[in-house]
Amino acid sequence: MKEEFKVISKLIDEKSRVLDVGCGDGILMEYLSKNKVVDVRGLEISKEKVKKCLSNGLAVVEGNAEYDLKQFPDLSFDYVILSQTLQAFMSPENVIKDLLRVGKKVIVTIPNFGHWKIRVDLLFKGEMPITKNLPYEWYNTPNLHMCTIQDFYNFCNNKGINIFKIISLNGQKTAKITASNLKYKNLISELGIFLLEK
Amino acid sequence: MSNFDKIKSITIKQPLKLDCGKEISNFPLAYETYGNLNEKKDNAILVFHALTGDQFASGQNPITKKEGWWNYAVGPGKAFDTEKFFVICANVIGGCMGSYGPGTIDPETNNPIGTNFPVITINDMVNAQYNLLDHFKIERLFAVAGGSMGGMQVLQFVSNFPNKAKVALPIACTASHSAQNIAFNELGRQAIMSDANWKDGLYDGKISNPDKGLAVARMAAHITYLSKKGLQEKFGRNLQERSDLKFGFDADFQIESYLRYQGSVFVDRFDANSYLYITRAMDYFDLTKQHGGNLSKAFKESKTKFFIISFTSDWLYPTSENKDIVIALNAIGADVGFVEIKTDKGHDSFLLDVPDFLSTMKNYLSTTYLNINERRI
Repeated sequence: MKEEFKVISKLIDEKSRVLDVGCGDGILMEYLSKNKVVDVRGLEISKEKVKKCLSNGLAVVEGNAEYDLKQFPDLSFDYVILSQTLQAFMSPENVIKDLLRVGKKVIVTIPNFGHWKIRVDLLFKGEMPITKNLPYEWYNTPNLHMCTIQDFYNFCNNKGINIFKIISLNGQKTAKITASNLKYKNLISELGIFLLEK
Repeated sequence: MSNFDKIKSITIKQPLKLDCGKEISNFPLAYETYGNLNEKKDNAILVFHALTGDQFASGQNPITKKEGWWNYAVGPGKAFDTEKFFVICANVIGGCMGSYGPGTIDPETNNPIGTNFPVITINDMVNAQYNLLDHFKIERLFAVAGGSMGGMQVLQFVSNFPNKAKVALPIACTASHSAQNIAFNELGRQAIMSDANWKDGLYDGKISNPDKGLAVARMAAHITYLSKKGLQEKFGRNLQERSDLKFGFDADFQIESYLRYQGSVFVDRFDANSYLYITRAMDYFDLTKQHGGNLSKAFKESKTKFFIISFTSDWLYPTSENKDIVIALNAIGADVGFVEIKTDKGHDSFLLDVPDFLSTMKNYLSTTYLNINERRI
């Protein structure tokens, strides 16, 4: 399983209700329901992936988070997870708003556009960067709204969203991000995992 | 109709209060089973049939000699794997395959009951079938499943008996029959009722039946079960055993010939009055209204796991109507899965060989059965 999922599952308390938005093949859902005894639901846009999840007995609904989060009542989940998909929405701001409405806590993973390799690519090659987490060309990328860990940090502060914890992930290495090391971590982290509350 | 002597049935002795206000008792409910009930009695699946189905979901129907209506889904190694599960399917009341219906002979007159049969609802059908749990001494079903009107019965069953099924599979259905669907049903009924042989529903069931009307009803309905694309690809403007148009009203086109054939074989196996009663039951189905306009309330008490399936080309029970059920379930935090299967086969997809549909359902059922047993949910 991806290191990111291990970090996310550590953030989740036992016996809680979890919604995995953009749950993909359901790998995280399966891990959570087996190891954390949580009650977990999924929302996924790809038919193929939904079929895979349902074949594994997971409670996954086919849908688009941009429209289909509306059907979930306020605070109906203890945690809502959004792993590396925020940048693909038409309106990330509205999706975050909905996530915070549905979940008591929200876990968001950001592929960090501030990583030094990306900065170097753009600076020296003058080309849009292609990396492991962002493997697309500029003309076929589903990622409409890329941001850095710093950007998302600023966004949360501006919108009055409480940040409980930020974890930096670089390869297998995890570290805590604080206000004092933010600038540096924004340079060396591939992913930023945010634990948020309204 | 052939004789029903060899058909399995139970006699429901205690009175059943129908939605129309009347009460029925001592009436037969015909059923069939596939596979074996295990010792723990935790592997039973109650399958509900659609408008023109019957209890013979799998194998060969002993009366019509045709293949069971859900042969693709029910059987050894299939989605409803009869090597694992005990599948029960009953003929709905109002039907014409041995259950109490308008074709049942009234011993006093020696004629079919006809339109003296009370108007029944989906709720009445489900309440009658609930007696099968007592008959088999099953405390809790593993699953209830069905497509189209079968799906409506699934929803009604879970609403009436919240903790009697661990899993519910409503397929290609709705919680509230739409105006368009009522309209199509009315078209079918009018076709039957305008056949001179219908005689206000009191035809003898032997010599003169409203076959022409029933055949037209079937033809019209059959179109609604297919998709435009499916029809176009299968028939297009192909001509029927002729090289040119005949400038008359014979079946020039293959699609005409196909529909005529569908109509003609249908009348051999189905009773016109049953068609009236069952379509009426579908039209009256409105689970949302039953719960004061809030569909979520229908499932409030239930711990059932739901798996809802719709088909992209189904315009009779479109994805949007299936999704309304998903939304109502999510609103109360129910355990629900939903997928829309991509296919050109229209509403009929649930009866056909649609591999994506059948394999997802098969895997879901077997994994969920294992999970429930392991975790003792």
